[in-house]
Amino acid sequence: MGDGTSALARPDGMDTGATFEREVMRHLDAAYNLARWLARNDQDAEDVVQEAVLRAFRFFGGFRGGDAKVWLLAIVRNTFYTLRSQVPAAGRIDEFDEAIHGGADHDDPQSLLLRAADAQSLHAALERLPPEFREVLVLRELEECSYKEIASITNLKIGTVMSRLARARERLQRELAGKEVAA
Amino acid sequence: MNCQDMRLLLHAYLDDELGAAESLAVARHLAECDACRQRFDAYARLRGNLRQADLHRSAPAALRARIASQLPRPARAPRVPRQRWQMALAALAALFVIAAVFAGWQAVELRRQGSDALAADAVSDHVRSLLPGHLIDVQTSNEHTVKPWFDGRVDFSPQVKDLTAQGFELVGGRLDVLDGKQVAALVYKRHLHTINLFQWPARAGAAAPPQTRDGYHVLEWNDAGLRFVAVSSVAENDLQAFERAFRAQPAAASEAAR
Repeated sequence: MGDGTSALARPDGMDTGATFEREVMRHLDAAYNLARWLARNDQDAEDVVQEAVLRAFRFFGGFRGGDAKVWLLAIVRNTFYTLRSQVPAAGRIDEFDEAIHGGADHDDPQSLLLRAADAQSLHAALERLPPEFREVLVLRELEECSYKEIASITNLKIGTVMSRLARARERLQRELAGKEVAA
Repeated sequence: MNCQDMRLLLHAYLDDELGAAESLAVARHLAECDACRQRFDAYARLRGNLRQADLHRSAPAALRARIASQLPRPARAPRVPRQRWQMALAALAALFVIAAVFAGWQAVELRRQGSDALAADAVSDHVRSLLPGHLIDVQTSNEHTVKPWFDGRVDFSPQVKDLTAQGFELVGGRLDVLDGKQVAALVYKRHLHTINLFQWPARAGAAAPPQTRDGYHVLEWNDAGLRFVAVSSVAENDLQAFERAFRAQPAAASEAAR
């Protein structure tokens, strides 16, 4: 990857470059953070971000104001799933829904208190989460996006964002508590 | 509200994403239910841990530099041999693009000429209005007097606003003709300068750039189905301040009641 040069033919290249720099490039850290947590290694994350920014530049003419960070993060996410052909499996999510509504595996409040999570085990537990849970947690807790922003980045309904975040946190707690998780 | 409802809602509560009524219901339940409160505390602690754990990864400087070096450069032509029909197709596409660009340019040019003509018309109306006895048909600083005066004289309800507080004194109004249409003209004073504000019903068109003709500044904008053209010899930024003040000011109360 990295040969995205065909993206850059724009007659107003310089002006667009300046606007793009001002509106989009300042969110590069957020873009890399999301890509890094999705890809889980530096090299893939850099490839994803590079490709995503080139795509963003190509589509920048279609960007009609709004939140440039949300817009860029949506492109980063799409780029990641396109490059890795890792579409989050809908079937797996539905299984989790069953588990939730059955209420069979409610967290035992006492067990939640047992371990104070240190940074290293948090990092490892977050990396072990399925990507559809990892991405909502990263967007919410690290990028501090609202539900509405997460919904527009992930192309989910706001209600789905809420339930997925709830399940992501339950899952993370269980990971931290060292429980075996049946997926 | 029961503990099953709380399973999702306590997260939305933690994220400050609930409405006032739901927040209150959740807070009440948490006050009464030890199990849910413990769960809530655990997730609040998890959030605190996540945010303190320094998990955010910043873009490496090398990546930033690499992307920046690629961005403004023009494309390289791909060195792929092409079939003849592909070339023909490309030529046809190029023709279409040229035709479309020309049509677009013509449309822009026509619009620009139309806008130029309108500005010239507005300036000459403004100059004529400054001749003795031509400026004002209804002389008053009261917006509630000016507005009813237009009733029956124009077939729309003009926006009349008192901008004295912003330094633009409403001195009156008159009928005028602009672009072949009967329009309402409001007259404002800024120190010794006169500002004519013309307005008439129009579909929202492309915003025209500010113009200067014969030393007069012309600003055009659309609002609420009306086209506005302001003309004056005040400094350009004063006229822009006038536009901002006029657009920001709510219309006269009598207008809302009509």
